[in-house]
Amino acid sequence: MGELLELTASEAIERIRKRELSDDEYFEAYREAAAGDPLNAYLWLAPENHEQGNREGPLAGAPVAVKDIFCTEGVLTTAGSRILEGYRPPYTATAVRRLSGQGARLLGKTNMDEFAMGSSNENSGYGAVLNPWDPGRVPGGSSGGSAAAVAGQMAPWAIGTDTGGSIRQPAALCGIVGMKPTYGAVSRYGMIAFASSLDQCGPLTRDVTDAALLLSALEGRDPHDSTSVGIEGGIKLSGREDLKGLRFGIPRELAVDAEGIEAGVQEVFDRTVALIEGLGGEVDECELPHSPHGISAYYVLAPAEASANLARYDGVRYGIREPSEDLVGMYERTRAEGFGDEVKRRIMLGTYALSSGFYDAYYGQAQRVRTRIAEDFDAAFERFDFVITPTSPSVAFELGARTDDPLAMYMSDYCTVPMPLAGIPAISIPAGLAEPDGGGPELPVGFQIAGPAFSESGILDAAYALERAIGFDAVPERVSR
Amino acid sequence: MIEKGQVVHVARLARLELSEQELERMARELSGILEHVDKLSELDLEGVEPTLHVVALQNVLRPDEPHASLPPEKALESAPDPAEGAFRVPSPQA
Repeated sequence: MGELLELTASEAIERIRKRELSDDEYFEAYREAAAGDPLNAYLWLAPENHEQGNREGPLAGAPVAVKDIFCTEGVLTTAGSRILEGYRPPYTATAVRRLSGQGARLLGKTNMDEFAMGSSNENSGYGAVLNPWDPGRVPGGSSGGSAAAVAGQMAPWAIGTDTGGSIRQPAALCGIVGMKPTYGAVSRYGMIAFASSLDQCGPLTRDVTDAALLLSALEGRDPHDSTSVGIEGGIKLSGREDLKGLRFGIPRELAVDAEGIEAGVQEVFDRTVALIEGLGGEVDECELPHSPHGISAYYVLAPAEASANLARYDGVRYGIREPSEDLVGMYERTRAEGFGDEVKRRIMLGTYALSSGFYDAYYGQAQRVRTRIAEDFDAAFERFDFVITPTSPSVAFELGARTDDPLAMYMSDYCTVPMPLAGIPAISIPAGLAEPDGGGPELPVGFQIAGPAFSESGILDAAYALERAIGFDAVPERVSR
Repeated sequence: MIEKGQVVHVARLARLELSEQELERMARELSGILEHVDKLSELDLEGVEPTLHVVALQNVLRPDEPHASLPPEKALESAPDPAEGAFRVPSPQA
């Protein structure tokens, strides 16, 4: 069974297609692995003989883990929040529907930071997720359950959502591939809203080939989400193994001059840059002058949008209700009881930023910074095909290390926040292992490649060539069988 | 700095009951975050258009065709207190 779980999803699908592997056996192997979940990665696991639809299609036979932020008809969906405890949605998110329509089978729903607000998965209403490389450390967040499940060989691949780094950062901290597509590439219908102008669904996988396959199944225009446009021409992986003729820009602000990048992370980054040059890519420094303001702009925009989106959790239509004699009292108590600390903090921050007299100074100003950040990228992409940075300034940190300092936690997203603000796609691939600052066993380091809007195929091509040169084949000790 | 009085006001706007202890912690934590965020005000962005949406889309239209919507019983399935085909709530005037 161990060997089965080491296959990439694409390899397994190929074997199933050739009838060298039974899809039921493959599904059952994962169900069993996930049932013993030592990392708290799952909130719901498919029962044996769980009814599954289509058995044909490009993903036929592949089990998929789905972040619990996606609505699944009749199947528990909580977004990691106690306020939605026991909620079974009346419909299924388009992203999940697309996967099952192409033959994938729902394996389970994965744990996450409550309403996707967090960078460590410690904000889940159902307990923290542990990192498969070191259970004393966080897997990153907010798609930490998805990342831990894939890295811990409890799912061949998974989907998550990224608003400020929530796919790429946990992928980096768990040593797997994670991609945030261009805003609009994948439908947000049935994806529980956090910050609607930033949220985007994407794949978390073992390798770049799987990421391309999963993304090609996810993307597409959806009449239920008028902001979805799909990716013109779809996703095509050329399989090129060099980077000749491609220009990579290293933004000084997010790499060279950035504060707080760990020495080990920097070393792996520099080594990867040398590999790019070895493959024939041209590398030079560039500038994204407004990107250091990304975190500030993000922590105005995302909470503001969240404060509006989360107004719907009021104890009336779904989820829990705390009784009170009057209506407003019922709202206030239900929300006090159902939301966790970080969600309350962001609702307060967002409500404050949008309140009378502050709107333009905060929300308006943040939207103007957003314009500048996007213009900075536009300028960089006139000279470069891609921009490259470390995905996360640090390797996985210890549980509890940043929970008392919201700002320190927010800085975990320093390198990943500018891309969603500009709406552009970016991938994180594992680039090596490094010791944390202060020493300790080595942990995975992610390397980020961002490109212009709808350049997913180009990013995946470059990542594919680089992945081969890096040759990252480490797996967490606890899952190596 | 954000005062405790402001926190009380914002919590009311957000329909969030906060304990005395939470109010104090919130005032402290929000002040810290806002202090960081306030650096945005130092940027001269006079005349810069705000970004409302990153993909250039206007008037996304679809054919006006009737289709089935969620049946009421299904919409009520998850309700904490469904009654007579509706969502029952405490009186707003109580």
